[in-house]
Amino acid sequence: MPEQGHAGAGWPGVLLAAVALVAVATYLIAVRRRRVGTGWPWWRSACWVGGTVLVLAGTTGPLAEAGHHDFVAHAVGHVLAGMAGPLLLVAGTPVTLALQALPVPVGRRLSHLLARRPVRLVTLPVTAAVLDVGGLWLLYLTPLQALAREHEAVHLLVHVHLVLAGYLLTAALVGTDPMPHRPGPRHRAVVLVAAVAAHDVLAKHLYAHPPVGVGSRAEEGAMVMYYAGDAVELVVMVLLCRRWFAVPRPVRLGTA
Amino acid sequence: MVRAPVRREDPRPVGQGRASTWSGVLVGVGVAAFVDETVFHQLLHWHHFYDRSTDQAGLVSDGIFHAFGWFAVVSGLFWFAALRQAAALRAQRWVGGVLVGVGAFQLYDGTVQHKLFGLHQIRYGVDLLAYDLVWDGVALLLLAAGAGTTVRALRSERRGPEGGAAAGARAGA
Repeated sequence: MPEQGHAGAGWPGVLLAAVALVAVATYLIAVRRRRVGTGWPWWRSACWVGGTVLVLAGTTGPLAEAGHHDFVAHAVGHVLAGMAGPLLLVAGTPVTLALQALPVPVGRRLSHLLARRPVRLVTLPVTAAVLDVGGLWLLYLTPLQALAREHEAVHLLVHVHLVLAGYLLTAALVGTDPMPHRPGPRHRAVVLVAAVAAHDVLAKHLYAHPPVGVGSRAEEGAMVMYYAGDAVELVVMVLLCRRWFAVPRPVRLGTA
Repeated sequence: MVRAPVRREDPRPVGQGRASTWSGVLVGVGVAAFVDETVFHQLLHWHHFYDRSTDQAGLVSDGIFHAFGWFAVVSGLFWFAALRQAAALRAQRWVGGVLVGVGAFQLYDGTVQHKLFGLHQIRYGVDLLAYDLVWDGVALLLLAAGAGTTVRALRSERRGPEGGAAAGARAGA
């Protein structure tokens, strides 16, 4: 659309809002329809709803609108939609919920699907990291950024990639949903540090060489990317290490 | 009560003194990186986020150390807590490790990052020589203190009559 004034409320915004609404409704219906287990933890539902809100706030509405001409708003939107939102979505453990809510044969098909080779390849931490941080490098160091500025469809695709790749990387590193052949914590730690480093290097590179058309306040935006990114990455590191160094509780005999 | 191995996803036992040293080194590196970022970048504003004289290698080194610094302090502290919980922490080994970690990071920062890569300088608009000498001198002192503490801990472990210490010495850590 040529007029930028209503970009946040254009058809991509409506589409994203509809998808978010469906995601929340489906999740909440699934929670009610579970066949097994005791109560579903309320905070998982809260994480899913919160993650959806953050993704939506980062990709549509006033923030995305301001992001067209202000790199600080752009960077805040990316941290929300690509890092903080996906972290909350992963904490919602949608796959676990689906396996408990779907009819058994369908659930079995879903587990088989997750164990397929292409899915395994994509959910490897290394692949997920390349898709996620590599995507950012492509966005800012190629004409993709300018293309997304001109065409709403490209812009939408960039946002979809941002959210999905962020989800994939977070799930591969610290997710608790079933994921066959998840590599050990040391492997995941190395990938995490490398991905964070690549993110930091890109932020400092953008600080020094802001791409054309990135909008005003390029230096401040790059620092938001660097430090706000750090905050989310710190939470991921805590989650990874907490499980890595967890001391198992002594088993109580005679209560089972 | 029987304790299971501490690191659930890692079969290596942690009852050796080596774990205390490495946990300390990680915390030391992380603390040094944190102090560098907080005190010299944010509070004093001596260091600059980017001073436009650096090259790509410097940026990569800075990114890796910034990322690793955060990870080091988080993993080092969780490791410390696990060792304490398993009553396997050797305090002197840990303190030695922290000093080595702080000294090593500061020496790397002061020589490779500041000088070789020219990432940024300690302070701007001053004669740098004195600052560099103090920076790297402190780093060497910390390294020496850490090495000394670790050696003393190893010696007392070898001499020590307690069962745990003897096992640690036998492991040759």
